[in-house]
Amino acid sequence: MSTGCRDTPVLKQRGQREVFCGLTGIIWLHRKMQDAFFLVVGSRTCAHLLQSAAGVMIFAEPRFGTAILEEKDLAGMADANEELDREVDRLLARRPDIRQLFLVGSCPSEVIKLDLARAAERLSAAHGPNVRVLNFSGSGIETTFTQGEDACLAAMVPALPQTDAQELLLVGALPDVVEDQALDLLAQIGVTPVRCLPSRRVQDTPAIGPNTVFALTQPFLGDTHAALTRAGARHISAPFPFGAEGSTLWLKAVAAEFGIAPEKVDQVVAAPRARAEKAIAAAATTLRGKRIFFMPDSQLEIPLARFLTRECGMDAIEIGTPYLHTDLHGPELDLIAAGPVISEGQDVDLQLDRVRAARPDLTVCGLGLANPLEAEGLATKWAIELVFTPVHFYEQAGDLAALFARPLRRHAALKRQHPNRLEAAE
Amino acid sequence: MKLAVWTYEGPPHVGAMRVATAMQGLHMVLHAPQGDTYADLLFTMIERRNHRPPVSYTTFQARDLGADTSGLFKSSCKDAFDRFQPQALMVAASCTAELIQDDPGGLAETMELPVPVIALELPSYQRKENFGCDEAFLQICRTLAKPMARTTRVTCNILGPTALGFRHRDDLAEITGLLSEMGIEVNVAAPMGATPADITRMGAAHFNVLLYPETAESAARWCEKELGQPFTKTIPIGAHATRAFIEEVRTLSGSTMPVDETRMRQPWWAASVDSTYLTGKRVFLFGDGTHVMAAAKVARDEMGFEVCGMGCYNREQARPLRALAKEFGLEALITDDYLEVEAAIEAAAPEMILGTQMERHIGKRLGIPCAVISAPVHVQDFPARYSPQMGFEGANVLFDTWVHPLVMGLEEHLLHMFRDDFEFHDAAGPSHHGGHAPRHDAGATAADAAADEGGSMPPPSAPLSTPDTPALPDNIIWLTCAERELKKIPFFVRGKARRNTEKFALEKGIHEISVDTLYEAKAHYAR
Repeated sequence: MSTGCRDTPVLKQRGQREVFCGLTGIIWLHRKMQDAFFLVVGSRTCAHLLQSAAGVMIFAEPRFGTAILEEKDLAGMADANEELDREVDRLLARRPDIRQLFLVGSCPSEVIKLDLARAAERLSAAHGPNVRVLNFSGSGIETTFTQGEDACLAAMVPALPQTDAQELLLVGALPDVVEDQALDLLAQIGVTPVRCLPSRRVQDTPAIGPNTVFALTQPFLGDTHAALTRAGARHISAPFPFGAEGSTLWLKAVAAEFGIAPEKVDQVVAAPRARAEKAIAAAATTLRGKRIFFMPDSQLEIPLARFLTRECGMDAIEIGTPYLHTDLHGPELDLIAAGPVISEGQDVDLQLDRVRAARPDLTVCGLGLANPLEAEGLATKWAIELVFTPVHFYEQAGDLAALFARPLRRHAALKRQHPNRLEAAE
Repeated sequence: MKLAVWTYEGPPHVGAMRVATAMQGLHMVLHAPQGDTYADLLFTMIERRNHRPPVSYTTFQARDLGADTSGLFKSSCKDAFDRFQPQALMVAASCTAELIQDDPGGLAETMELPVPVIALELPSYQRKENFGCDEAFLQICRTLAKPMARTTRVTCNILGPTALGFRHRDDLAEITGLLSEMGIEVNVAAPMGATPADITRMGAAHFNVLLYPETAESAARWCEKELGQPFTKTIPIGAHATRAFIEEVRTLSGSTMPVDETRMRQPWWAASVDSTYLTGKRVFLFGDGTHVMAAAKVARDEMGFEVCGMGCYNREQARPLRALAKEFGLEALITDDYLEVEAAIEAAAPEMILGTQMERHIGKRLGIPCAVISAPVHVQDFPARYSPQMGFEGANVLFDTWVHPLVMGLEEHLLHMFRDDFEFHDAAGPSHHGGHAPRHDAGATAADAAADEGGSMPPPSAPLSTPDTPALPDNIIWLTCAERELKKIPFFVRGKARRNTEKFALEKGIHEISVDTLYEAKAHYAR
């Protein structure tokens, strides 16, 4: 058996990175944790980013906000800590439903070395036990896009209560409907009890200890993995639950840890797996033989490339990822047939040169690049949609494939009127 | 430190990007961390631009901070210059880079690039997006424009249209056409569509037309002083203002050519009997100062609305807006706090809001129709069709856009008559809106429903948010029968009826509002 892409040399370039910062994760985390508020301590730019990335979708008063630093905070005329305490007091008075408050560091707060860890301790003492205050960094100088969720979950680990119980911990923010499906499958297989990080509400916070084993549902949780390991929990290494194959391999790895035979898993998942395969097959008629190029964005690139090449028949040209965690991504790389360029980090101009030279059928990229590439006749898939859409496990596998098929079907449907179609056909 | 939920303006470097993106042949290097590249999507997604903004970001990381961020800036400048070959390079720092004090302007200067370098100082912790536009355009003019001989024929420059502006593309086309009808050629329109080479020719124009004080007033003042070009002060939004603008341009240019007004249909549309129902509709205006001031005059003098509140988010326009509000018998609301605007609108209980994308959402929450008149706007406010706000066609567009969210005139009468019909009732909303019916009650019910839906906002009826809602005058209560009668009044006048009745009760010293009080108040305020 070939080792797939695990030994492929990684192309590393350093230049302009066209990616979101970790603050973006707040947009889905605040929906997942229904009693949490995310308070970014940053600049007007941070507030504008959150609004621009999220504004399209939500316009209720959200459970996030930005404490915008002003000139007097920087010039030392105001004690930034006093100012922060005042804003937090006001916020908690107005939102008595809040049980967890995350102070989120930003580029400016890190550069001025505002100590949010101490602020969180101070505010926890002042507002606890009713409100728990934690901190993490979503700054663009330290985190890229989904790393914000990683930093948030990693920050929660030291605060988790202790237990000696043998429990499975599911790690990663999944949409509730998907999480319920996963819990149901695990229960049918016989894996119990199962806890989730993050939990939907603070009272369901999981406990961890030496007998905790954990499985990641998202491939970008490197720091959380390290924090849990430090706390004595053990990681179940597996491919990620994308597609019928990924979901099955993931469940079997978890089952094995609990001494359950793979045959039991096969028996439980037979029906959902057959449904998933049927739904994937429908989208695969559009995807088969098409060439795909991943710009680095969400760190979902490697598992998705595995799914699209193995289950949908696509050819990967380049798989870019902002960070390559060999520990987490190794099982995925083993499954991807050698051939594609694996790249880590980015020089966006050089990478776009490669996209233009390769003219892939589909390019997975950020929102800033999608329309410019479409205007050159290149079909694109916005990477951000992959973190805002339920895509894990069997019942969503068809939807996941369809997300990639839709831009291709659209290109085919509009082929006679696309302004750059003639040029693109050359 | 100030807590912000949603913001009306981005940081100043986004303003500078709006200027750079509007122009051709100019490249900007922004000293900024990777997250700041989100700004590209404002242009490529919201405005559907088919090119990346001409901006290179240095995307420094934490590990660079202890090392050499200024070296990174210089190599980014060199790479950007080599790749894009611009006629001029603009350099700036975003909020984070401002803190590390690398001095992009000084660094770029030492590189001895063969093109002009325009260095911007953008105080991110004091100023905002509009300042960034205004300052970037001013510095571009200062660096590139020079006094020179005037063109033989009378020409002007058009100043102000930028990328991401509210209808700037179409306003520019409309005003260019109007000037052409007056025999005045446009020498340079900038920033939109201009190259740095065009900017160097700006001095040849006889005068300037300033369309948006928010983005170009400093440049217009600089041109007046340094290039001897007077500039227009009238913003041609609405029929009256367009006519006044034409007069102002005639004075500046000496043009005597007649202008054909026949394509401006708005005055007749407003005068025709079908529009009678618009009379005295109470509107609340909020947006940038320029658009709000222009829209307030149109609302009162050309549509026959009653302006019941106005305000702007840009403090730069506070003074003239306050003066205008005073003339309207109102106090202007000057704030960039979205929650404050929401509270003011709720208290004023208007029948329509003219605002930005934020007020559109406030309107949705409160069940009040809203038309958009100002930036910031969303993707749906960058229409494919020609849709200016200025000039003759702009006046037509204003009429259509402002009337569209309302229930139609005849329908309004029918709703009064058949208010309890199970199929044809006011809760169904305007019949031409299909599935987008507004919520049927501007009061707590609709807002509670919205809160449930959004899942995040405590309902306005919850005790903690009540300070914002208009308090019932002391000792006044609504009797159940009067409440029931009030509910029979169609939603689009219910807020007004409630307010008027309470005001009436207060004036008359009535403590219990009965059905009679309701109708006495109605008779009292009848017009």
